[in-house]
This record gives sequence, C-alpha cells and structure tokens, in this order.
Amino acid sequence: MTHTLPNLPYSAEDLSPAISAKTIEFHHGKHHQAYVNNLNNLIVGTKFENADLETIIKEADGGIFNNGAQVWNHTFYFFAFSPKPQKAPTGKLLDLINAQFGSFEQFKEKFTSAAASLFGSGWAWLVVNKEGKLEITQESNAGNPIRKGLRPLLTCDVWEHAYYLDYQNRRPDYLKGFWDIIDWKVIEERLK
Amino acid sequence: MSFQLPKLNYDYNALEPYIDATTMEIHYTKHHGGYTNNLNAAIEGTSLSELPIEEILKDISKHSAAVRNNGGGFYNHNLFWEIMGPNGGGMPSGELLKAIEKTFGSFQEFKDKFSNAAATRFGSGWAWLIMQNGSLKVFSTPNQDNPLMDVAEQKGFPILGLDVWEHAYYLKYQNRRPEYINNFWNVINWKAVEEKYMIGLK
Repeated sequence: MTHTLPNLPYSAEDLSPAISAKTIEFHHGKHHQAYVNNLNNLIVGTKFENADLETIIKEADGGIFNNGAQVWNHTFYFFAFSPKPQKAPTGKLLDLINAQFGSFEQFKEKFTSAAASLFGSGWAWLVVNKEGKLEITQESNAGNPIRKGLRPLLTCDVWEHAYYLDYQNRRPDYLKGFWDIIDWKVIEERLK
Repeated sequence: MSFQLPKLNYDYNALEPYIDATTMEIHYTKHHGGYTNNLNAAIEGTSLSELPIEEILKDISKHSAAVRNNGGGFYNHNLFWEIMGPNGGGMPSGELLKAIEKTFGSFQEFKDKFSNAAATRFGSGWAWLIMQNGSLKVFSTPNQDNPLMDVAEQKGFPILGLDVWEHAYYLKYQNRRPEYINNFWNVINWKAVEEKYMIGLK
C-alpha cells in the first residue's frame, strides 16, 4: 500500500503563537512528507509492502521502522492540536490522570519534565499500560510505545526541528506553548 | 578546577555564508555554553573535577548520563570550532592527504564517505574522521557520544567532526541537511585537522 501525508485539520497559522506557521509548513510539509516518501520507497519489494503503520512499528527495523514510526508519530502529534482546544481533560481521562498523578497540574509538570529532559531527538508520551493505568515515557529518535505493547494517548515531539525556528535552544518555552494547543477532546476520544 | 568555554578564534559571522552568524552565536553561547555549565555542575565536588576531559570520556560508561551527554557536548564542540575557520575549504596536504588517499582511494571518495555518514545519522549526532591504530576511519555517533568514549562503536582519536544535530543548521537550512553538509567543506580549516593528525601519529 502507498502511504500518504494526511492533511492537517487546521491551517498552518492557526497554532500561533505556540507554533508558528513557518514551523508547521516545514514540519508537516517537509519533514512529515519526507518520512512518507522515504517509507514508500523503502517498502517496495519487502514484506512490509502491504503492511499498515502499526505492523511496521511492531515488526520493522532500520529505515523502514524509522520512517514508518515517524509517519505515525507526526500524524498523532499534529492531530492532537486545535486552534480552539478543549483546555483540560474531563470524565474518565481526568479520573485516570488524577489517580495516577494526583492532579492535572501534576501530570503536566511530570510530562513537561519528561519532554524537557530527553537528550537528543525524540518524543515524550502519555500511554495506557497493560494494566489500564497511565504512564509517561520517553522514546529516542523515531521510538514509539506501541512496540512495547503500550497504547499512546498523547505525544510531544522534541526533535529540534519541532521548535528551533520559533524557540531555538529554549525547549522549555516550546513546552509551555504546547499545552495551550492540545485539544483534550481528541485525547479523550483516543482513550475510548 | 572547572571546564571553561574556549574562546572562538573567529567572529560569529566569519563562516558566512555557509554558517550564519545567528546560528554560530546561539550554537556557541547557548548550546556549547550549556554543555560546559552542565558538565561542571555534574562533576562538581567529585574526583572527576580533577581530570582532563579526555580522561573522563575514556571511562564514560562508569559515569552518569549527565557527564556523558555534557562531557561529550563540551569536547565535541571544542573540536568543531577548532577545525573550522574563515578562508577554509580546499584540500588537506602532506601526510594527511597521503593517508586519506591511501585509505579511501581519493580525497573525493573520502568526502563522499564522510558526507554519507553525516547525512544518514538518524536523529542527533556527529560524523567523524578518526585515527584508529594509526589508520583513518569514518563513522558517526548518536547524540553527543564520541570516539574517545568506551561506549563508542568505533574508538579512536578524532581529527575531524561534523555536528548534525538540527540546532547546527536548522535556522539556515531547515530540513536540508545535505546542503549544510555540502557547505561544511567550504569552512574546514585543514591546517588544524593536519595538526591533529600529526598529534595522533605520535
């Protein structure tokens, strides 16, 4: 199957000032697109030629894993944003967050710290583990928690390309803006 | 003793148009400065604070992630600024050129191999030309690891290094890492690399 770049459910300028239009244009139009193109080229003639992204994430290695996981990760990242987000979790998701982290505020601090302290390129994740509890994890480079049997709910891209045009070395400022554009309605849907 | 951010031997705009002044300034003051400060904080009050950086790196598997990441970042950037300069580019000469031709076939073949190592490093990291038991080798490391570390896949004495963290090129080149790599060849100070080669021979 041929993988395609999904269109974003908002315009490039809609997430400003948290993320600029220029960053979205490069991040989605160049980086995300390149992962899609590379993946389509790499899978030709391999056993992953007709595999979906989750299968690739679970089973592939090397370039096919890197590009396949990055396609999935970026789609998951971009689709959690909205210019008019539901600002906080409610219902079952809020209950799980409170049970695991004490409060939404404490969860945000812990997730922010995971994203801030990841050295090099990678992703911070909120996942549901096998016991149905929430966990915060870090993955380097293209890493994705599905490979470890975890179910992702939320991710933050801390590759420098995600924030360097807007924030340069100030990753903590990018992380502050990140919380302003997460649409918790989307994350609640992912829990269902 | 604490480690000092070394002085740059040229101005921030000296590597224009290949590396822009804004990138140089942020890279040097914020990133390299950050690694230097964090390294000092990580070793303060420990026996490591008495050692030269090379000694710390050689047993890096015994130390914390903070020492590995920031110690590597400190050393790697020191080397990076040293092997670049204004009026750079061209080719190495003398013993180093001979060794490159002997190992890789030609200078062009070496360039292709090094550029490929830099382009294919997935995520953040460095491409290296190292001396390993007297001979030359090209490879790459992730993040701020380097060939002096006992955890490195290939160990040796680095004489040329290229930073391919996105912070090294994103303001000017964005996703076009190959263009940044291609332009790196215009700012290499081969004299400095040759001096390192002679040190490595001893």
